[in-house]
Amino acid sequence: MAGTLAEKLWESHVVRRAGDEPDLLYIDLHLVHEVTSPQAFDGLRMAGRSVRRPDLTIATEDHNVPTVGIELPIADRVSATQVETLRRNCAEFGVRLHPMGDREQGIVHVIGPQLGLTQPGLTIVCGDSHTSTHGAFGALAFGIGTSEVEHVLATQTLPLRPLRTMAVTVDGQLPPGVTAKDVILALIAKIGTGGGQGHMVEYRGSAIEALSMEARMTICNMTIEAGARAGMVAPDETTFAYLKGRPHAPQDADWDAALAHWRTLRSEPDATFDREVVLDAATLTPFVTWGTNPGQGVALSGRVPDPATMADPNQRSAAESALAYMDLRAGTPMREIAVDTVFLGSCTNGRIEDLRAAAEVLAGRKVADGVRMLVVPGSMRVKEQAELEGLHEVFLAAGAEWRSAGCSMCLGMNPDQLAPGERSASTSNRNFEGRQGKGGRTHLVSPPVAAATAVTGRLAAPADL
Amino acid sequence: MEKFSVHTGRMVPLRRSDVDTDQIIPAVWLKQVSRTGFAKGLFAAWRANDPSFVLNRPEYEGASILVAGPDFGTGSSREHAVWALQDHGFRVVLSSRFGDIFRGNSLKAGLLTVVVPEDVIESLWERSEQDPAAELTVDLEARELRFGGTTVGFELDDFTRWRLLNGLDDIGLTLTRTDEIDAYEAHRPAFLPTTLPAR
Repeated sequence: MAGTLAEKLWESHVVRRAGDEPDLLYIDLHLVHEVTSPQAFDGLRMAGRSVRRPDLTIATEDHNVPTVGIELPIADRVSATQVETLRRNCAEFGVRLHPMGDREQGIVHVIGPQLGLTQPGLTIVCGDSHTSTHGAFGALAFGIGTSEVEHVLATQTLPLRPLRTMAVTVDGQLPPGVTAKDVILALIAKIGTGGGQGHMVEYRGSAIEALSMEARMTICNMTIEAGARAGMVAPDETTFAYLKGRPHAPQDADWDAALAHWRTLRSEPDATFDREVVLDAATLTPFVTWGTNPGQGVALSGRVPDPATMADPNQRSAAESALAYMDLRAGTPMREIAVDTVFLGSCTNGRIEDLRAAAEVLAGRKVADGVRMLVVPGSMRVKEQAELEGLHEVFLAAGAEWRSAGCSMCLGMNPDQLAPGERSASTSNRNFEGRQGKGGRTHLVSPPVAAATAVTGRLAAPADL
Repeated sequence: MEKFSVHTGRMVPLRRSDVDTDQIIPAVWLKQVSRTGFAKGLFAAWRANDPSFVLNRPEYEGASILVAGPDFGTGSSREHAVWALQDHGFRVVLSSRFGDIFRGNSLKAGLLTVVVPEDVIESLWERSEQDPAAELTVDLEARELRFGGTTVGFELDDFTRWRLLNGLDDIGLTLTRTDEIDAYEAHRPAFLPTTLPAR
């Protein structure tokens, strides 16, 4: 009985189910980027195989691309080779590519929704763990490795073992200044980085229903940080309004047929989940991380926790090494932590609403002396829209750097990196050791907190200004 | 893919939880376009900064079984993490819990990841710390670990076991099902999107 949304999506994509084999699932949309695809295309070439459905495949350049001087060749020769390899592979196998400098280029998880390719009811994969982002539309979307990328290119299917289901219900109204980022950081702190392992998560409840599509994407995006494979929200009027008129959204009679189908994509009232978690929206506050995994978070009004008070020995030793790496002392108020760098961007928080939220805080204010703030739009379209609204002028007037689209300092594969020992407030998704540059220290924050932190030079919320 | 049936080797005790794939191989190493040459990037930051890090200790050189804390391989989907472990010479990783994507990648690429309870991990840590030459046998045929006089069973589904025992390529298997894929495609609704240039 396919009672939950996740089960309905799964069941409707089963190509083959037999004995003890994994289910063979059909993939409706395959997103490709330069880092996790070269070995997959190589594998096809060596076996003399082709891409089964280039018309369900789309590629972009995002992880390696510089965010300044994009009209010049990429200076890092290894990065340049990887990008050129993608271009050659896409040309050879007939895959549509949006290269650096193209109007539609951007982070793979920003451009899918923006083009209207990400739609309810689809199965969507990409060689990137943050593919869970697309679940915000009521799609089954998850990250895969390079062997699986090759498998999807060759067959448009994936063999998969069933996953368990989890409901995360967030009821009530989020207090002013509390964003989707705070919801997901609070959830991960509650259930841990392994809390969602083996699960597909459905977010529901009045607080989720009240969120925009972009906010829902932020939550689904970081579902992987709780260890879950996929996150999703049932499609509703907000979803349909977002999609209507986008370049790849269905039109005319197709729109009506699609809409009728999309309206069936909900968990049945009597559906049961393998696990249920409840959060009360009204109790949430701006949330930040203190450690080196996304589950090591605390309210901005809180303090760096004391590992000695942690009962679980694994948690305690993880906290001890995190504090050593982060150069923090237990008991320090989070608001006293000074940063060198603020990064606004990434597939988590690099969309237009994120930029608007930060610009609203920065308007008429200045980035603190000694603090560098990077604003990196998630796509060239986001950049275009922001410039149309004059947001770039707000950022530039405040002393921030206004860049072109890419993954940038989220993972520092391009020149945007922290230097050893530098500390950032970052709207990205991972505070792992060295993630933003060797020896760099990361505090994950929401866009408004990032902007307020840039102004004070210490972790802060807009209400502190 | 290399077949896997029974492997006996020495262990590396990695007493850490939440080892994400950014630690297994930092992003700066992901720029290569080949499948080999990733061994140098394995745990690059810890090997560079901590002389006492377990992989820097000569007594664990040549060991082929990594015994890790819970939540090993969380985070990024980079299969390079699996390739780096294999390039270094690891055939098996043991943990009480793995990141889902990492686990999937490892079993596709022929690196056997085995889930065992934390108390077994703890006893293997103690064993390999007391005697770095101590050996562990991982028997995929029988689905059991053997060390000293102890035998511990582990679970792995029949299909994955069969595939690993025979070193089979998933893609080749799926391509024998092309008729079924064709049949599924014939019934996909017309309103579904394609990536062809928009009208």
